[in-house]
Amino acid sequence: MKQLEPQSGRWANDATHGAEVPLSVHDLTVAYERKPVIWDIDLDFPADAIVGIIGPNGAGKSTLIKACLDLVPRASGEILVYGRPYARQRQRVGYVPQRESVDWDFPVSVLDVVAMGTYGRLGWLRPVNRRSRALALEALERVGMADFASRQISQLSGGQQQRTFLARALAQDADIYLMDEPFAAVDAATERAVVEVLRELRKRGRTCLVVHHDLATVAEYFDWLVMLNMRVVAAGPTADVFTNENLRKTYGGRLTLLSEAAAALRRGGPA
Amino acid sequence: MEWYAFDTWIVLTGALSAGACALVGSFLVLRRMSMMGDAISHAVLPGLAVAFLITGARSSWVMFAGAAAIGLLTAVGTEWLHRKGRMDEGASMGIVFTTFFALGLVLIARAADRVDLDPECVLYGALELTPLDTVALALPFFGEADVPRAFLVLLAVFVLNLVAVAVFFKELRLVCFDPALAATLGFGAKRVHYGLMTLVAVTTVASFEAVGSILVIAMLIVPAATARLLTDRLSTLLLLAVLLAFAAAAVGHFAAITVPVWFGFADTSTAGTMAFVTGLFFLGAAGYASLRRRLQTRSTPIATL
Repeated sequence: MKQLEPQSGRWANDATHGAEVPLSVHDLTVAYERKPVIWDIDLDFPADAIVGIIGPNGAGKSTLIKACLDLVPRASGEILVYGRPYARQRQRVGYVPQRESVDWDFPVSVLDVVAMGTYGRLGWLRPVNRRSRALALEALERVGMADFASRQISQLSGGQQQRTFLARALAQDADIYLMDEPFAAVDAATERAVVEVLRELRKRGRTCLVVHHDLATVAEYFDWLVMLNMRVVAAGPTADVFTNENLRKTYGGRLTLLSEAAAALRRGGPA
Repeated sequence: MEWYAFDTWIVLTGALSAGACALVGSFLVLRRMSMMGDAISHAVLPGLAVAFLITGARSSWVMFAGAAAIGLLTAVGTEWLHRKGRMDEGASMGIVFTTFFALGLVLIARAADRVDLDPECVLYGALELTPLDTVALALPFFGEADVPRAFLVLLAVFVLNLVAVAVFFKELRLVCFDPALAATLGFGAKRVHYGLMTLVAVTTVASFEAVGSILVIAMLIVPAATARLLTDRLSTLLLLAVLLAFAAAAVGHFAAITVPVWFGFADTSTAGTMAFVTGLFFLGAAGYASLRRRLQTRSTPIATL
């Protein structure tokens, strides 16, 4: 296995290398029309952790997640899920896409959408059964949306849409969850619900990768952090890598004073 | 007005054509790719023409296969131009289907003096003539009966679409709503997409004789769009779309043979009135939907505004 760059700091689970690494990304490069979007990414994600992926707009955060899921073509690289190629481990990886990626006027109910998480286990042709619906309802309860099960998805607020997507991933009962901006423009109740679910998943030994943009909450939410700007600027335990220097390297001149202040606050003193 | 046996056949044939279109058309409308139906219905023309030139007969399996292949090619070609050629989807669709359509027209014009296929019939259909071309069938209860060939073909396609939608309901719903999730769950969004496009192509070919390549677009889109305004459930939407399609066939034919007579004219094209009636249905549903919305907003307490 390729040696990881020492600059990335101390690696959480050196002993878990090999088949036990939930998700490892090797030499991953993705290009759109020959322009690289992410370049030579090498990452081993630790087990039972909440991992944040941060970086400026266009840094390739969503692309990294989509490449892990085979949703965008890779120029090079491989994705291993528990030591085996992703294509053979699809059921173990759950996906929470950005809310805007679907048409919320589509004629389905909240329960219909959440039950989609169980389709993979059902396989082709087998119709949605009682067990699927029970799993979906249970997932809705975990995000505090059980009362909305029979609602039409067009009647949901943004936060409720987000929780519906989260419940759908929970219904899949995966080992690894890849989430694209689950905190983007949601209400406080949803934000709390999402954090609670993330912590519960960690307790159960699951790994969550979360694309995130609010630097003020990074230290609070994430055990582990990937700072991305086309390349991996830094990756490791949040306490080690979430530094002003790494932030500046990641965001360049685009880091706002506010975000710097947030980083400073986290370290317990004015900048 | 006099109603003959062939009027019944015309209505049944038209209803099956419209119903088959409504089933697959609903998914086109939901995926916001209604114009794909337009593209495929035009692009299958050279497939028809070539099959015609080879076999010299209508409704052979060669014709279906040829048309389905070209229909699929249109979907693939559009996707390819869109991805590799950096074109927007509308433009790439426009390029692919007009090219195929033009090729089809050229082939048909060349073939016209050799075989019985005329461009006008392809464009507008000839529903009124379908009862003339019959097949003798031995039926269990009726004994020997002459059944219009177009009716049998459309019955087969309607049943095919019905079975496909029923069997792949879960997969179609998933892929139409969230193709990315479908891919991560191991349901090839592409496979479902091209399967649907093949059904659209087959349905279009079967409907050519009945409603022609232009009005078939109305049958693909309008009943589905109308049903969309009336319900928020996918299964209800499909049922409503088919019922609206059936109703349009019945009302359309009835209107075609009665309304012009009131004004002292001979009867008019059934396919035309069918399409027009679907348009009226849509208007009615749109009016109803906007009325319902207005009533809902009015009943909201002012305090929450």
